Amino acid sequence: MNRQMSLALFVSLWLMPLVAVAQRPAQTPLDPELAKIKTPPLPEFHPQVPKRVVLPNGMVVLLQEDHELPLIDGVMRVRGGSRVEPVDKVGLIDIYGDVWRTGGTKDKTGDQLDDFLEARAAKVETDGNADSTIISFSCLKPDFEDVFKVFLDVLQNPAFREDKIALAKFQMNTGIARRNDEIDQIARRVATQLAYGPQNPYARFPEYATVAAVKRQDLVEWHRRYVHPNNIIFGVVGDFDSKAMEARIRQAFDSWPKGPEAPKPHITFTPEKPQLYFVPKDDVNQSDIQMVSLGIERNNPDYFAIEVMNYAFGAGFSARLTKDLRTAKGLAYAVGGGIGSSFDHPGIFRLAMGTKSATTAEAIEGLKQELQKLIDAPPKGEELRSAKDAILNAFVFNFDSRAKVLREQMGYEYYGYPLDFLDRYRTGVEKTTAEDVARVAKKYIHPEQFATLVVGNPEEIGDQLKGLGPVAKWDISIPPPPGEARHASASQSK
Amino acid sequence: MKFPLRRILPALLFLLVVLPAFSQEFDMASLEKRVTVKKLDNGLTIVVMQRPEAPVFSFFTIVDAGSSQDPLGETGLAHMFEHMAFKGTTGIGTTDWPAEKAALEKVEETYAAYRAERYKTVGRDADKVKQLEQAWKDAIAQAQKYVVPNEFDEVVETNGGRGVNAFTNWDETAYMYSLPANRVELWAYLESERFLHPVMREFYKERDVVMEERRMRTDSQPIGRLVEQFLGSSFATYPYHRPTIGYFSDLNYFSATDAKDFFEKYYVPANMVVAIVGDVKPDEVIPLAEKYFGRLPVRPHPAPVHTAEPAQNSERNVQLLETSQPFYLEGYHRPNYRDPDDAVYDAISDLMSNGRTSRLFRALVRDKKIAAEAEGFSGFPGTKYQHLFAFDAVPLPGHTPEEMRKAIHEEIERLKTSDVTDEELQMVKTRAKANLIRGLADNGGMAFQLAIYQLRYGDWRELFRSVDRIDKVTKEDIRRVANKTFQPTNRTVGVIETIPGSSSPEGVKEQ
Repeated sequence: MNRQMSLALFVSLWLMPLVAVAQRPAQTPLDPELAKIKTPPLPEFHPQVPKRVVLPNGMVVLLQEDHELPLIDGVMRVRGGSRVEPVDKVGLIDIYGDVWRTGGTKDKTGDQLDDFLEARAAKVETDGNADSTIISFSCLKPDFEDVFKVFLDVLQNPAFREDKIALAKFQMNTGIARRNDEIDQIARRVATQLAYGPQNPYARFPEYATVAAVKRQDLVEWHRRYVHPNNIIFGVVGDFDSKAMEARIRQAFDSWPKGPEAPKPHITFTPEKPQLYFVPKDDVNQSDIQMVSLGIERNNPDYFAIEVMNYAFGAGFSARLTKDLRTAKGLAYAVGGGIGSSFDHPGIFRLAMGTKSATTAEAIEGLKQELQKLIDAPPKGEELRSAKDAILNAFVFNFDSRAKVLREQMGYEYYGYPLDFLDRYRTGVEKTTAEDVARVAKKYIHPEQFATLVVGNPEEIGDQLKGLGPVAKWDISIPPPPGEARHASASQSK
Repeated sequence: MKFPLRRILPALLFLLVVLPAFSQEFDMASLEKRVTVKKLDNGLTIVVMQRPEAPVFSFFTIVDAGSSQDPLGETGLAHMFEHMAFKGTTGIGTTDWPAEKAALEKVEETYAAYRAERYKTVGRDADKVKQLEQAWKDAIAQAQKYVVPNEFDEVVETNGGRGVNAFTNWDETAYMYSLPANRVELWAYLESERFLHPVMREFYKERDVVMEERRMRTDSQPIGRLVEQFLGSSFATYPYHRPTIGYFSDLNYFSATDAKDFFEKYYVPANMVVAIVGDVKPDEVIPLAEKYFGRLPVRPHPAPVHTAEPAQNSERNVQLLETSQPFYLEGYHRPNYRDPDDAVYDAISDLMSNGRTSRLFRALVRDKKIAAEAEGFSGFPGTKYQHLFAFDAVPLPGHTPEEMRKAIHEEIERLKTSDVTDEELQMVKTRAKANLIRGLADNGGMAFQLAIYQLRYGDWRELFRSVDRIDKVTKEDIRRVANKTFQPTNRTVGVIETIPGSSSPEGVKEQ
C-alpha cells in the first residue's frame, strides 16, 4: 500500500549553519596501488540554511528553497503523540493519525480528497508518532495552490467521519492479529518492553480492547487540544520564492489564534529484571536474540564519544560485531548494536542477532564477550582512527540535500537543541580520544544489567539455554477482543 | 521497439511531447545534457550524470546475471559470488598474497576430495569422509592466517562510504554505495579491482552466513515460505522457479572454484553497466573509467537463456498450513519486459494498486471490508524473462483467502468487461510523469535507473520513453491485455491457511 507515500517522499529533510567540510585522509592501506591514489580536498561546501520565521501566534516556519525540480513539499510537526495517550486507549494516535486525513473535512469526504489529489499526483497525508503528529503535502509546483488549500482544510477542519474510523480500526486489529507472525517483529517488540518496562508509553502497544475504546469524540478532543499554531513547526522545501511563500503562509495563519501549550509528559523507565527471557516460536529455524538495557539522551555530553564507540562496535560492515560474529564465526547474517540515544528520553542499548537454533547459546556468549571486550579493550589506535574517519569523511552526507538540511533543523527546533548541533557533533567526534572511549565504555556498559531475549524454536534449541541462568517465559499471547472468550488451551502464563 | 523511428528523434522534441504540462517548469533537454554514456573498448558501458547539488556521488554497478544463471544443483551461486565481492582482492584483505593464494588452492583441493567422497552413493567410506573433511578444515585454518578481515569494507567506510551494499535477484546482480566527490579515482580503482582481482577468501564461512540469511528471509517467515513454494509451482522450465538464496543442499555443496567459474563466465565487461550520479564531471570520470575499468579483460558474452515457459493449461495451487494469519497470492504468466504491451501492464498495476484511489483498495479494503491491503503488480519475480503479473491480499481477522480470491476475480472481471474511466486513466498517466520527476532528486535512485535502463534497452533514455508509452495506453489496451492475461488456466494460486499451533495461541481464535 502506498498510503504513507508523501511521508516517505519527505524523508529527506535538515540543516546547519555549517562551514566547509573538513576531511581527513583515510588510513594507509596495505595495497600499494591503492596507496598511490591521491585524494584531493573536498571542495568548499556551504549547505543552505532555511529561512526561519516565527509567526505572531508562535508557529515556527522554516523555508528551504530548492529549485532543482518543479516540486514543493511541506510538513508540519505538531506536539503531542502516543506517549501521552490514555493507557486504556492505546492506539488512539494511530487511529487519529490515519483518520485526520482519511476522514475528510467539513466540506469534502476523504475519498473526494483522494480523487482530487491523485488526479494531480499530489499527496496530503497525516500520521501519528510517539511524541508528535504530522501533516504533510507533496505536489508539483503548478498545483501548489490547489494542494495547499486541501492541506489547510485538513489541518483546520477535519471531520473524522465514522466510516473511516471503523476502517482504521479494522487495520489496527489486523496488525494486532498478525503481530506474532514474524519473529523479528516479536523480538523487537518484546525487547523494547524489557528495556523500558511493559507499561512504558514507548513500549506499550494497542490491544483489541484499547482500540475498541477509542471513540470519535477522542479524536475531536485530541485535535482541539493539540493542534494550535504555537505547538507547530512547519517546514517547506522546494521550488518557490521564500518571500512569496512567507506571505502566503502568513496570510493562511496570521488570524489563527494561539492555544494552550502541549503539556510536557512525565515518563518513567522501569527496565525488567536483567535475566534471560524466552519466547517459543515453533515455525522458525533461526533464533532472534536481543540484549537490551537503557541507553542515553542525546544531550548527554558523552554522546559524541559514545557515537565513536558505537561505530567501532556495531555499525557498518567493518565493525567488531560484524567482524567477529559474522565474518570470523559465520554465526549470523544480521548482527549489530550500540548505545541508542533519543532527543528527549533514554534510547535503548540494544544488541541484536539472528542465528540458527543450534548456535543460540554460542551466539549469546559471543555477544556477551563482545560487551566485555569493549570494556576491557576499548577501541584505540588504528581502530579508533578508522571509526572517526568513517564518521567524519562521510559527514557531508548529513547535509547533501536541502530537504535533509531542513529535516535536521526541524528536529533541533522541535526538541530545543542548539541549531548548530551538527557542528558540535563533528567537533565532538574530532576531539574524541582513546581515553574518552575507554571512559564511556566503563561508565555506560554494564553487562550485568542486560535483559537477554531469545525468540526461537524450543525443540531445535533444546537445553542450550540451561547453562545461561534462570529462564523466564515471556507471554505474547494476544488478549481476545472484548466479549470473546479466549480458547481454553490458548492461555499461557508468564 | 514498436516505433524504431523514435530513436532518431531529438530528445528535446520527444520529451516535450511526453511532458507538455511540465515543459515550462522542467527543462528536460538540460537533463539530457547532463548525461554522458561511454562504451569502453572492452565492452563495459559507463553512464555519468552530473548532479552538482552537493559534493557527493552514488553509483550502481549492474551485472546482467542473476540467480537465473545458477547452474543446476548450485542454486544460490550468483548470490554467493555477490557476497564474495566484498571479501577483497589480491591487494586488499591479505597480508601475503602469494602465500594466501597457495593456501586457498589447497583449500580447493581438499574440498574437492572431501566433496567427491561425501556425495558418493556407492562405496562411500564414512571414516574417509571425516578424514577428508578434517583435511579441508585444516586447510581453511591455514589460509585464514593471511586474511585481513573486512578490509575492503573498511577502506570504503573510512573513506566516507555510505550505503555500502549489493543485491542479487533472478535477473541481475547490483553493487552500490555513495562517496564524497573527491574520491572518484579511489572508487574507480576499488570498483574495478573487485572485478579484476577478486579473491574467494573465507568462502566456506561466508556460506554459513548465507545459510543464516536463508533462515532469516525464507525459512523463518511465513510469507517467505509461501513465495518459495509458489514460484516453484508457477514455472516449469524457466529458472524463476528456483530461489535466489539457494537450497540448503546446494549451499552445502558448491565450492569457491564454482563461484569463480561463475564469475568468469558472467562478469564479462560487455555484460556490465556502471552508472555514477552526483557532483562528478564526465571529462574526469570517463578517463578514470578507461584507466581502471578498461583493465577488465574482454571475455565472450555468455549465451542468452533460450528456454521458454510452456503454456500453462490448468490452474495450479499451493496451500501452506501455518500457525500464522492467512494470506492470498495469485499470479498469471505474462511476456517479458520487451513485450509491446509492457506499459499496459504497468498501467494496470498502478490502477489496481496505487493508493486509496486504487481499485483493489476501494473494493476489498474500503467497500467489502474484508482485507487490510490488496495489490496487483507486474515483474514477479523478475522482468527479464516471461514472468508473472501477481495479486495479493491480506485478509482482515475473520476473513479467508477464498474471499480474497473471489473479490480479486470480481475486480479482474470488471477490468475485462468494462472500460476504465477517463479520470482513472489520466491519473495513472499523471502519476507516471510525476514519479519520474520525483525520482530525479536522488543520486542513488537515479544511478540505479540509468544503469538498469541502459542495460535492459541499450539506452538510458528508455527511462523517459517508458513514461511516453504509458501515456499512449488506451482503455481498449487495458481490456485487451486483461482478457489475454487473466485467464484461469494461466493462473497459480498460493495461500496460507491458519491452523492452531502451540506457540501461537491466537491462531486458534480464528478457527
